[in-house]
Amino acid sequence: MNRRRALIGFLIATFLGLGFFMLAWRPSIAPLPPPNLSSFSAELVSKGETLSAIGHCAACHTQPGGQPFAGGYRINTPFGAIFGTNITPDPRTGIGSWSLEAFSRAMREGVARDGSHLLPAFPYYAFTKLSDDDVKALYAYLMTRQAVYNIVPANTLPFPLKIRAFQEGWKVLSFRSGRYQPDESKSTEWNRGAYLAEGLADCSGCHTPRNPLGAEEYRHAYAGAVIEGWIAPALTEANPSPVPWTQEELFTYLRTGATALHGATGATMTPVIRGALALPVVSDSDVRAIALYFGQMNHANAHTTGSQADIRKAIETSYVSSDQVENDPDAALYASACMSCHYNRDPAPLASRPELALNSSLTSNEPTNFIQVVLNGVGSGEGTPGLVMPAYRTSLTDGEVARLAAYLRRTRTKYRPWSNLVKKVSAIRRESAASR
Amino acid sequence: MTTFDLNGKTVSANSPDDAPLLWVIRDEMGLTGTKFGCGIGFCGACTVHVEGRATRSCITPIAAVAGAKVTTIEGLDPIGRHPLQTAWLELQVPQCGYCQPGQIMQAATLLKDFPNPTDQDINAVMAGSVCRCMTYVRIRKAIKLAAARIEEGSDR
Repeated sequence: MNRRRALIGFLIATFLGLGFFMLAWRPSIAPLPPPNLSSFSAELVSKGETLSAIGHCAACHTQPGGQPFAGGYRINTPFGAIFGTNITPDPRTGIGSWSLEAFSRAMREGVARDGSHLLPAFPYYAFTKLSDDDVKALYAYLMTRQAVYNIVPANTLPFPLKIRAFQEGWKVLSFRSGRYQPDESKSTEWNRGAYLAEGLADCSGCHTPRNPLGAEEYRHAYAGAVIEGWIAPALTEANPSPVPWTQEELFTYLRTGATALHGATGATMTPVIRGALALPVVSDSDVRAIALYFGQMNHANAHTTGSQADIRKAIETSYVSSDQVENDPDAALYASACMSCHYNRDPAPLASRPELALNSSLTSNEPTNFIQVVLNGVGSGEGTPGLVMPAYRTSLTDGEVARLAAYLRRTRTKYRPWSNLVKKVSAIRRESAASR
Repeated sequence: MTTFDLNGKTVSANSPDDAPLLWVIRDEMGLTGTKFGCGIGFCGACTVHVEGRATRSCITPIAAVAGAKVTTIEGLDPIGRHPLQTAWLELQVPQCGYCQPGQIMQAATLLKDFPNPTDQDINAVMAGSVCRCMTYVRIRKAIKLAAARIEEGSDR
């Protein structure tokens, strides 16, 4: 009896397994010799260049200091390290032998030319919204780049995640294929913004929290998330910025990397702006459309905070008098370490003097971004163009960074104090030392 | 290797990425006008300009200035006669002089941001620049003199 049961169980398992692998199976698409470069019009290539910038493809497909699009960029995920692939037209190590059909399937279905499933670190679940014309333009642009022979390191995903067929399971649970559907009730500009933000730019890739399988939780779309040790803030009404993110503020920020009323970009947003959206090949109108989309999403116009009076009140806090310095050791620490660069005066802050009382690193629920910036500084390629901030990791102890954080939270925001500050500073110090 | 612009010349530093900019400037490039004070960014003696803005070089890793324009006291003015430098001379600001290059570099950023600085502006922006000889009164006077000269349009 028991043997019979075991046999039936075995047969069912085998059928299910076979069924799964049949479901997961995708055909290979025959390799082609690299396409004739003259088959792509200059116009199409230039459109592809713009789209590639908006999609910040280079950010994940270029290693720091490496050849553009030749891959090797390391992405640390909770599951292991994944390396951006070589998407230059090199036939052996890149995508030189991929037909348009194969490229399009990879972009919008997450399947490589050889039929294997791509990992969702590559946001095909967002690119699936792309139009045929835009996929064609991206293909034309990438196929006309310099071919680079470069084998990227193997991913460090553990078993069974490294079995590509199992990605089918992820797709069944988390992936819906389909082009962008315009919302007829909204303007053309809004729809353009939505198309770019939801598709090519994949803003939710960083700004939407993920479930334990690493898929975006659509119920909490744009609610903010932790990415590579930093907080990607909420883009909804939950965004804690003291001044609302209007279309104009978002436009300036996305175009230049900073605004005087919000502060500067950091971490993984840096290549999105300074290496992509700030580039001349991207039009103002496309950036403005994305800005409109998020300006409406966060209901910026309905906010009552951020008036001129609020801004003035914030600025008043950026000066501490000698009395305060004498009576409050934390104010003294701020005056010695921070004030000479962060001081502002009535009536408006300067973009070159990031106003801490208006900065979301102090209003966030967690002190993560504040600690990151204080310990590691801001290099010339990051943040506001033309501004460099020193790294205080060799200068301040964990306790001193914690005191500064607590002091600024207490005096510059209306929010409850952060908890366990010293522990959090020391954890971020450890992590950033390990990644240097 | 980090390449950057130092006083108008492109230079490459061989120091490791996390070496402080100060030591690259002084030891590798041989420009000793910039001083080492506290080494933790709390005294201002090491202040240089990065992209025209006062920055504490003793805690700025060299990799952070890759591709940027760095200016030291030697490069503030081609003949050493920036309005702040002439005001400093005229009013005989320095005593021992050690902190003064940093004071002047910090003051230059102050005047860029606030061309007519109030006492509060000066207190705030110069707060991180310490002088053991207590030349603060003359520093304040020289900053105001330089500001007035710049406003008149006579640069020197």
